Amino acid sequence: MTNIERPSPAATGAADPATPDLAVAPDAPAASALPAGTVPAEATAAVVHGGGAWADFRRRVARNRGAMIALGVLALLVLVAAIGPFITPADPNQQNLRGVLLDPFTAGHVLGTDQLGRDILSRLIVGTRVSLLAICLALAVAMVIGVPLGFLTGYIGGRFDTVVMRLNDAAMSFPPLLLAIALVAVLGPSLRNAMFAVGILMAPRFLRLVRGVVIGLKEETYVEASRSIGTPPATIILRHILPNTLSPLTVAIAVTAGYAMLSEAGLSFLGLGVQPPDASWGSMIREGFLYYGRSPWLGIFPGVLIALTVFTFVTLGDGLRDALGREERTES
Amino acid sequence: MLKFFAMRLLTTVPVLVLVTFVAFGLVLLIPGDPAVTIAGPDATVEQVAAVRERLGLDRPVVVQYWDWVTGALSGDLGTSLFTSRPVATSIGDGLPVTMALAGTALLISLLIAVPTAILSALRRGTWLDRVATVGSSLGIALPSFWLGLVFVLIFSLGLGWLPATGYVAIEEDPAAWLAHIVLPALTLGIAGAAESTRQLRGSIIGVLQQDYIRTARAKGLRARMVIGKHVMKNASVPLVTVLGLQITALLGGAVLVEQVFGVPGLGQVAINAVTTRDLPVIQGVVLVAVLVAVVCNLLVDLAYGYLNPKVRPR
Repeated sequence: MTNIERPSPAATGAADPATPDLAVAPDAPAASALPAGTVPAEATAAVVHGGGAWADFRRRVARNRGAMIALGVLALLVLVAAIGPFITPADPNQQNLRGVLLDPFTAGHVLGTDQLGRDILSRLIVGTRVSLLAICLALAVAMVIGVPLGFLTGYIGGRFDTVVMRLNDAAMSFPPLLLAIALVAVLGPSLRNAMFAVGILMAPRFLRLVRGVVIGLKEETYVEASRSIGTPPATIILRHILPNTLSPLTVAIAVTAGYAMLSEAGLSFLGLGVQPPDASWGSMIREGFLYYGRSPWLGIFPGVLIALTVFTFVTLGDGLRDALGREERTES
Repeated sequence: MLKFFAMRLLTTVPVLVLVTFVAFGLVLLIPGDPAVTIAGPDATVEQVAAVRERLGLDRPVVVQYWDWVTGALSGDLGTSLFTSRPVATSIGDGLPVTMALAGTALLISLLIAVPTAILSALRRGTWLDRVATVGSSLGIALPSFWLGLVFVLIFSLGLGWLPATGYVAIEEDPAAWLAHIVLPALTLGIAGAAESTRQLRGSIIGVLQQDYIRTARAKGLRARMVIGKHVMKNASVPLVTVLGLQITALLGGAVLVEQVFGVPGLGQVAINAVTTRDLPVIQGVVLVAVLVAVVCNLLVDLAYGYLNPKVRPR
């Protein structure tokens, strides 16, 4: 019955930036659990505390230039999101019907104004927080559903695993954006509902990833040894398995965050996400779309920001995976 | 081989049942009384009662589900609450348009991805590879609907080469169809091209590191032969997987792109239904779109099993 042990399209999931990367990850931790040859001093610590692989991973990330630059950009975005409302040059919701659709670089409005005379730069700054919070919400929902279920099904195995994975594969072959639209349609349009829907649809990826890691680790000698001396399952999971899922999870989070951002933008563009007068970058493209003949920059600026942010997440994901991958190579 | 096909077909049955659960289950997710919510805030008691009556919401859920599924099996997906058109008709109008759009986009994405990935993998580490890698990351990062907007600004409003919106069926006027489909399909295809390039490049590099490639080179086989016969043949297996992924993504992405270019496909049907909470239409669109995705994935899986004997059960 287990003939689906392959990266089938249904298995690796509905196409999006996250999928291929998640599919690669499960093999890595099996190797990362044994840093014995490379760093002898910490290897002992790794086995005792289970934190060695994670520390190794962090060290490798620190050496990866692309990942570090991406982290820097991300930190900057988080900073803007945190202090945004205090540094806007103007009130983002202040309308001025005498100065609508002003060109960029007009006095007082560096990036111009929108159809209601609101300062675009200020709205972009405030939108940063909305967009980043949306990503966090989607990721939280996806992980709260996916990670524990992944542990459970990976650890229990057997028929339970078969059933869960079959459902999971089915869920992954559904077109995610379309289902998110349908979910928002019945729940009512709001950013919270939209990101909730996106989170649910991303959960299968986390489930699959964590399950893969757990299955790989279950067969490791030190886990078996621990089990044979009577360590309770909960302790095994917390001590030996959980720490080893951290690095692949980090990769998955980076990649999925980019995907969540695009989904938020898409749903807000369709008017199903953030509701006026609030603005996310996606909803600003929607507003700009109505005036693109006259003031194209209205939609251009937020799009550039979205693209840059997602690019940052993709680069971060690539860098993190490289940091994982090197372990794989030295082991094989 | 036959056993593999049979097994795979059999495992699709529960998935199909699940699909109907998902599509039908949407009604259960509506907060509060579905009839009140669907009828809208200004509806009178009679109107609410009428909605309840039409959707059969006063009957037990199991009966509702059964009626819906048996209706769907005979091609009856109910009627729209707003236009009173049969849902199946609306979907029948939209689906071919979306399929044409998604198909063209898939073709474009492969035309970009396959040569780029091969060149990039063979010239690994050169400036060409770096441009392709950064380019494909950017291609993933660009929101499709935004890209469509930029294309319209450049090619329609700026240069005036192509129409900005609308759609003409291919059987009416092939030339006009092409003019209308190019920009939406390109918009939709670029993200797919980026994704496929990354995957395919990775798998070609993986194959290039195999021992049998070294052997083939060592025995003096010409580079063209090595690449054509050994590398591409083995790297094409993951490409099949990529195709399956692409189809699902294209169906979702089409909703956004159709909205930008005013293409009257399934996405437009969905969005119109969403803004009016036209439940039967939403359920129908979800059912049909997921069915298309599941069937495409099934075909891809069968092709995968055909190409790669390792995954077949013994």
